[in-house]
Amino acid sequence: MTLRSAWRKSLNFVMLSLTGVCALITVSVLIVILGYLAWNGGTSLHWSFFTNLPAPVGETGGGIANAIVGSAKLLLLAAVIGIPIGLLGAIYLAEYASPLPAFVIRYSADLLNGVPSIVIGIFAWTIVVVPMHSFSALAGGFALGVMMVPIILRSSEEFLRTVPRSLREGAMALGTSKWRTIATVVVPAASGGILTAILLSLSRVAGETAPLLFTAFGDRFWNHGWKEPIASLPVVIYTYAVGPYDDWHRQAWAAGLVLLGLVLVTNLVCRGLLSRQATQQR
Amino acid sequence: MMGMSFSAKPVMAKETPVTTVSVAPSETAAKNEPRISVQKLNFYYGKVHSLHNVSVDIATNKVTALIGPSGCGKSTLLRTLNRMHETISHTRLDGKILLDGADILTQDVTRLRKRVGMVFQRPNPFPKSIFDNVAFGLRVNGHKGKLKEQVEKSLHRAALWEEVKDRLNKSAYGLSGGQQQRLCIARALAVDPEVLLLDEPCSALDPISTAKIEELLFQLKDVCTIVIVTHNMQQAARVSDSTAFMLLGDLIEFKPTAQLFTTPGDPRTEAYITGRFG
Repeated sequence: MTLRSAWRKSLNFVMLSLTGVCALITVSVLIVILGYLAWNGGTSLHWSFFTNLPAPVGETGGGIANAIVGSAKLLLLAAVIGIPIGLLGAIYLAEYASPLPAFVIRYSADLLNGVPSIVIGIFAWTIVVVPMHSFSALAGGFALGVMMVPIILRSSEEFLRTVPRSLREGAMALGTSKWRTIATVVVPAASGGILTAILLSLSRVAGETAPLLFTAFGDRFWNHGWKEPIASLPVVIYTYAVGPYDDWHRQAWAAGLVLLGLVLVTNLVCRGLLSRQATQQR
Repeated sequence: MMGMSFSAKPVMAKETPVTTVSVAPSETAAKNEPRISVQKLNFYYGKVHSLHNVSVDIATNKVTALIGPSGCGKSTLLRTLNRMHETISHTRLDGKILLDGADILTQDVTRLRKRVGMVFQRPNPFPKSIFDNVAFGLRVNGHKGKLKEQVEKSLHRAALWEEVKDRLNKSAYGLSGGQQQRLCIARALAVDPEVLLLDEPCSALDPISTAKIEELLFQLKDVCTIVIVTHNMQQAARVSDSTAFMLLGDLIEFKPTAQLFTTPGDPRTEAYITGRFG
């Protein structure tokens, strides 16, 4: 073996190992996080953890029922705001916009997507919390909704674009108006992808803490209205994690486990939906 | 223009213009009145002038074939007949296209496309059930009456009923290519078009499926006027009553099919049909 080929072989080996190790690190970070959460939070995961209100400060036990319901309410609000705007915007972008407006919209959406979530929180605080003189579920939902818009807009646009032109032509050639073609052929054909985009954006904002700190704020009791402060999973994790009690720390881990579990399940559902659509269209 | 001089009008009885637009298809015009009359049509893609002064009369309840090498404008001409060119931006059209004597360019485009249906090169069924595919046009056009019966009738006409009657609610994507194309024909036929435009409908199909579709065209002549674009000269010879030969945006020759293939009037037509180019 010449020196040159030995050098080539060893370089090949080094690069292969390097890339392999980096790929392994990516996977193991998730596994370590999951394991750590399960290890630390698993002990607090009882049925009562899901059904009880937080115990009075200083006492051990209690649950995060209000935070789970609160997160659900915030996500519902966010969906009501984010889905129609994101989806209709995506339809405009993919089907109607001429190149210049399309560029502007796409670029703005990407920038909005890059705005730090805490800035979105300040924005929501200024235009909802300040005029209403109170922290509220409404403000939190609004902040999350604003964050969802660009995610849904951009990924739905991609999925709408993958619908073949021939399908649109087929519908138009039957005397279907453009809007009817979009509503009855294009959007249904992209529905799996759009649903995935929506679920992913929901699971993304479900974990957001910063924009909720000074909008939804947090609460230790049940709150049935929309105009009062409301508890949410990420804020509970934050509060408990920085709190002084060991029991709080354990519960923060457990709440983190619940949140991560929800996100993982959502992602799995998305995968399932996407692959089902892929097989349908084949 | 070359195109003008050859635009044979197949035996015109009288120059009686069709009086009203709203007559039922069966009552419109005598049999030898052209269903579609294209007059001095010029078409531009941006700055590219892709149809030069084309005039052609398409006879009622006959099959008219458009042949010519790639890029000759035959598909472009076909697409103008139900204004599908409007779905592409930066196109411009001069001239007149009359359907039963009325200018199609001033009509409501959705109603026009209901009367002039189209089948594309590649089968393009919707990601819906077989039934919903055929019913699509009916629903869109607010069909009154029995949806089921019309769907069954259309599938019969497209010679697909026997193959799909047991799985009408299954996805159209489960069908073979040839079946999908016949489904697209059934879908187009469901709204009872007066004219059916076919843009190389067999180019993506195997010989057996092709034969089935050609056979179908013979039967469909009774119910509608057919214009078919084809790459395949044998196919044009087999299925059509008259054939138009196009080259680089010009209509070179338009004659009864037998005549065009046996005694072409233009040396370019002869060169093409004898396989010297194309």
